[in-house]
Amino acid sequence: MTSHTATDPRAAAASHAEGWWQRPAALFVFGGITLALVVGSLFIGVYDLGAEGGREMFFITRVPRTLALVLAGSAMAVCGVVLQQLTQNRFVSPTTAGTSEWAALGLLLSVILFPTASLNVRMVLASLTAFAGTMVFMAILQRIQLRTTLIVPIVGIMLGAVVSAITTMIAVSTDYLQLLGTWFMGSFSPVVRGRYEILWVVALVCLAIFLLAHRLTVAGLGPDVATNVGLNYRRVMLLGTAMVAVATGVTTVVVGFLPFLGLIVPNMVSLLRGDDLRSNLPWVCLGGVAIVTSCDIIGRLIRMPFEIPVSMILGVIGAAVFIALVLRLRRTA
Amino acid sequence: MIKLADVAKSYGDVHALGPVDLDLPRGGITALVGPNGAGKSTMLTIIGRLLGADAGTVHVAGMDVTTAKSRQLAKTLAILRQENHFVARLTVRQLVSLGRFPHSQGRLTTECVAAVDRALEFLDLTALQARYLDELSGGQRQRAYVAMVLAQDTEYALLDEPLNNLDMQHAVAMMAQLRRAADELDKTVVLVIHDINFAAAYADRIVAMTNGRIRYVGSPREVMTPDVLSDVFDTPVEVIDHPTHPLAVYYRLS
Ligand SMILES: Nc1ncnc2c1ncn2[C@@H]1O[C@H](COP(=O)(O)OP(=O)(O)OP(=O)(O)O)[C@@H](O)[C@H]1O
Ligand SMILES: [Mg+2]
Repeated sequence: MTSHTATDPRAAAASHAEGWWQRPAALFVFGGITLALVVGSLFIGVYDLGAEGGREMFFITRVPRTLALVLAGSAMAVCGVVLQQLTQNRFVSPTTAGTSEWAALGLLLSVILFPTASLNVRMVLASLTAFAGTMVFMAILQRIQLRTTLIVPIVGIMLGAVVSAITTMIAVSTDYLQLLGTWFMGSFSPVVRGRYEILWVVALVCLAIFLLAHRLTVAGLGPDVATNVGLNYRRVMLLGTAMVAVATGVTTVVVGFLPFLGLIVPNMVSLLRGDDLRSNLPWVCLGGVAIVTSCDIIGRLIRMPFEIPVSMILGVIGAAVFIALVLRLRRTA
Repeated sequence: MIKLADVAKSYGDVHALGPVDLDLPRGGITALVGPNGAGKSTMLTIIGRLLGADAGTVHVAGMDVTTAKSRQLAKTLAILRQENHFVARLTVRQLVSLGRFPHSQGRLTTECVAAVDRALEFLDLTALQARYLDELSGGQRQRAYVAMVLAQDTEYALLDEPLNNLDMQHAVAMMAQLRRAADELDKTVVLVIHDINFAAAYADRIVAMTNGRIRYVGSPREVMTPDVLSDVFDTPVEVIDHPTHPLAVYYRLS
């Protein structure tokens, strides 16, 4: 919305909203960098692609892994931004709202209840519990009087911890504890052909969120303003939560937890470009892809020929970026 | 017109409003006045369907605000609350453009862009339109909120203390704009206002409330008397006759 420039040149100069980051060129540059990372990720690994069967291996492991990085990375970043709009809180994301933990519980239940079920069935169950759990979180938020910036994520984290404890308890009593650790590690190494295709569902979710973007921006101003301009706040809330649940459920089933992604990407984009969701979404997607891919590449390189799960690298880098952001947000808030 | 019948509201065991009946005709400016806690905001937010009443009915332009289609209402009625705090980082222009949501659902037409430009200009925000809301002063931000309501371009506008934080110049300018909107565009404006002299100078009707009840309804000349004002505000008030409108003087207890 920069077509109407301010008439007062001083005002225009003082404005941060018309900076470099608003230009289409910036998106192209950033898109180019992300693409380079993605292509790079295709050619990094232990297996020598030049060897016999290299071409085949390339399509069996590298391509699926890279596609999974792209899909899961953008999904988690977009989920973060949606939850932040719906709760009007910058510190909410699938991993701080309990959504991921609920999805994990659903996944474990699907394995216990339907041991022979396909990946699709697991995904549906994980998405359902993620949805139910996130709605519980939203319902609790509506009942809290004191909705300060920090109370909201604390409620989410506590809820997540409780659910996670229950999941562990169930896993212990059913001898699935070992599996639990490897499942939710948040790693792309087991992602091969036949195991990642389901992630295309999140591409659909991202598309749907893009169509809903304007409504989510309005919802981000809170229920009163949203009602005032005739938005059905409850419906947007329900739809948004459902989409986040599906994307988180699917991602959790295929790759596990990706901590901090939904937190740091939306906040960085917001700092640079404000909160107009529709124009921000491409940035959020690219940001998620760039960060997850970088972390995955780092994880593959540091201890070659061994791999460090992406969630660990994300945890370290994400925590650092997050602390920097908190300090920064405190200053501007 | 706006019609309230037997409207009442309590917050837990705090009785805030009513039961009140009120009929406000179409057109003109109505000022809601009264001491802190009188129930002005409660009544206004109930009319603006942001708060449900415990009892009674509210009709605006013939629509029952609790059952009418939200989108239709949003084209008829806009409300600005007393306190607004947005977490989202939007520019002034982006915020004001969201006021067009009921008309455009997000796709701004040329008509929308014109309405946004007009609202920005009305409130002297053209030079500030590209700034983020969190980079504005309190009064500038208040003007941006009012601009959003004006951009919505509804027949009825409900404003809770729109003069909050405004300096003298901008307060007068805003009241003059609202007067113009009422006179030239035939809008109906209801506003809560603490400066009784602004109410006397610009409003067609003053509604005075205390303790959740409507005590007086009348023209500025009728309500601006020492007896009525002293009674409503529980403070000695003198009224001086100024050529254009009565003037209340209450600054010093003596
Ligand atoms: N959310 C709430 N919970 C409990 N009590 C409330 C709430 N909001 C308002 N009240 C009470 O209801 C009564 C009416 O409040 P209201 O906000 O309508 O007053 P007001 O006339 O707008 O006052 P002011 O001039 O201070 O804005 C007051 O006694 C107030 O304490
Ligand atoms: Mg009030």
